[in-house]
Amino acid sequence: MNIHEYQAKELLRKYNISVPKGEVINKMEDAEMAAWKIESDIAVVKAQIHAGGRGKAGGIKVAKSIDEVKAYSKEILGKKLVTHQTGPEGKEVKTLLIEEGCDIEKEYYLGITLDREASRLTMIASEEGGTEIEEVADKSPEKIFKEVIDPVVGLAEYQARRLCFNINIPTKLINDTVNLMMNLYQCFMEKDCSLAEINPLVVTGDNRVMALDAKLNFDENSLYRNKDILEYRDLDEEDEKEVEASEHGLSYISLDGNIGCMVNGAGLAMATMDIIKFYGGEPANFLDVGGGASEEKVTNAFKIILSDDRVKGIFVNIFGGIMKCNVIAKGIVKAAKEVNLTVPLVVRLEGTNVSLGKEILDDSDINIITVTSMDEGAKKVVELIK
Amino acid sequence: MSIWVDKNTKLIVQGITGKTAQYHTKQMLEYGTKIVSGVTPGKGGTKVEDVPVFDTVEQAVIETQATASVIYVPAKFAADAILEAVDAGLDMVICITEHIPINDMIKVKRYMEGKKTRLIGPNCPGIITPGECKIGIMPGYIHKEGRIGVVSRSGTLTYEAVHQLTEKGIGQSTAVGIGGDPVNGTDFVDVLKAFNEDENTDAVVMIGEIGGTAEEKASLWIKENMKKPVVGFIGGQTAPKGKRMGHAGAIISGGKGTADEKIKTMKNCGISVAENPAVIGKALAKALKDNNLWRAEYED
Repeated sequence: MNIHEYQAKELLRKYNISVPKGEVINKMEDAEMAAWKIESDIAVVKAQIHAGGRGKAGGIKVAKSIDEVKAYSKEILGKKLVTHQTGPEGKEVKTLLIEEGCDIEKEYYLGITLDREASRLTMIASEEGGTEIEEVADKSPEKIFKEVIDPVVGLAEYQARRLCFNINIPTKLINDTVNLMMNLYQCFMEKDCSLAEINPLVVTGDNRVMALDAKLNFDENSLYRNKDILEYRDLDEEDEKEVEASEHGLSYISLDGNIGCMVNGAGLAMATMDIIKFYGGEPANFLDVGGGASEEKVTNAFKIILSDDRVKGIFVNIFGGIMKCNVIAKGIVKAAKEVNLTVPLVVRLEGTNVSLGKEILDDSDINIITVTSMDEGAKKVVELIK
Repeated sequence: MSIWVDKNTKLIVQGITGKTAQYHTKQMLEYGTKIVSGVTPGKGGTKVEDVPVFDTVEQAVIETQATASVIYVPAKFAADAILEAVDAGLDMVICITEHIPINDMIKVKRYMEGKKTRLIGPNCPGIITPGECKIGIMPGYIHKEGRIGVVSRSGTLTYEAVHQLTEKGIGQSTAVGIGGDPVNGTDFVDVLKAFNEDENTDAVVMIGEIGGTAEEKASLWIKENMKKPVVGFIGGQTAPKGKRMGHAGAIISGGKGTADEKIKTMKNCGISVAENPAVIGKALAKALKDNNLWRAEYED
């Protein structure tokens, strides 16, 4: 789960990590008051959306007067920002963070993420701050330093110190930076983050170390024990259909094509998208109905697929295994009737009682094309929508 | 003719009194798996499908000489269940549970260092040695006794591949689902090593997906060490970047972990990669013929 920058900074502040003084506004009229409150000659107006690349897209502006704060707030609030992470449709800005400007001496990168190969968390730091870490990794990998963290002892101070020396933190600020690193790790662990990034971490002219930007992602499997984090969730920032699907226990991701897919199991669902593409079609979505594809789940899945009006055909690919195909078939027929299906429906079922299932599908008064393999099904559905 | 589990494996079902566990206990027993005991704290002394239930894994091991356990407990308690099984000194723990917090698994993996227990999963379908022992949630009937090893990060896609093999009369020695989580116990290399050493395995099907670099690591290992042909497939060639595709580990992050990258490395390391998921069986059949491993009972 993703949260906004201003929320991440609120959380970091609780862990004694310095962040610039800031005010959050949702409407133009509050811009002036916010500008007064931060008591700074220079203010930064920052669009709050769940996507990177805001600066380049015109979502971050430096204002030198109250009037400029008002002008930039007017310009950005309500605007659709298009960044490399939003997709061409962009994201409407509904919230702004108005922050004190600060006198930046130098920018650094600091992050914590999972090192999958080591199965441990890793703290990453670089003196190339302000640019995306992937870009630094490509251009100057020698400037990236990592410390793999043993979960038994946690991040050790010497590791934090070593990072500070490696990225050339000014000597007199090393203790402060080590503390900041230790606090970030504590936050990561206590709140079950999946990613924490401070980019840039800055050293200011008046000798402070602070988080100028902050990105925190959270492990969704741990939200049950982090109810406070759940309150940060902003549904406006998430795909409507993906949210609805997750409420029904379905895993759905919207894609650009026109063939709707309903599959059980994530791996088979990806493979089904792949084989549609292989035969020249374009999948409209990834949809995993999960291990137990109940009638209710199938109905909800149909509804979500069909709420995308680009969908011209549907391919259901269920490897039921232990589940009985006659039960799944009944579910499909009932669901198709309930949603008043008008586009071609190709169904591949495998599992116990497969012939009984096929009979139910063939005998129904709905136009269902049954196939016996995923190969045949993919070919068929691509052919039908041509 | 198998790796890790066979007809002598004595199994504990952890969380046996839960609905899903009860269902699968019945399925496993019907397949012939030797389930010697179950564990649910507070339900000790009861029985499920005639299997005695104990309060702790330790008791179950002492009383029934179990050698392995399968875990069906909810995600909140699953990491603890793994620790308990490791502490009881079992050879093998298979964790089916999905949605275990990553930080919990990081600690579990650290705890397991230097211990003898092998963990398979979490978030996996389990492990099956056809005709002898089925541990997990996979449908038994699609499998056939034979000489092909199967290893995969996905459940239903494994069933698909196994089904394609069985339809050609090509049986499997053991099929292992290593799970779809970013932090898991057994990885591709562990399984490949075991298949490489198993004299009853002729060739291996390896099914990966987007995210991480486990397939790349496995490919390099194969290039250096594998004596048997390996056929591969990678799911998620059409997956968008930055989106988690159902499995917690199936995500292209920072442009890394794409299917294209993996397929390229696999091919460079001599693995024959099926061009689509429907031809995994066909690709394996070809590999068997090319390596003079084709047998009379196989059908083309």
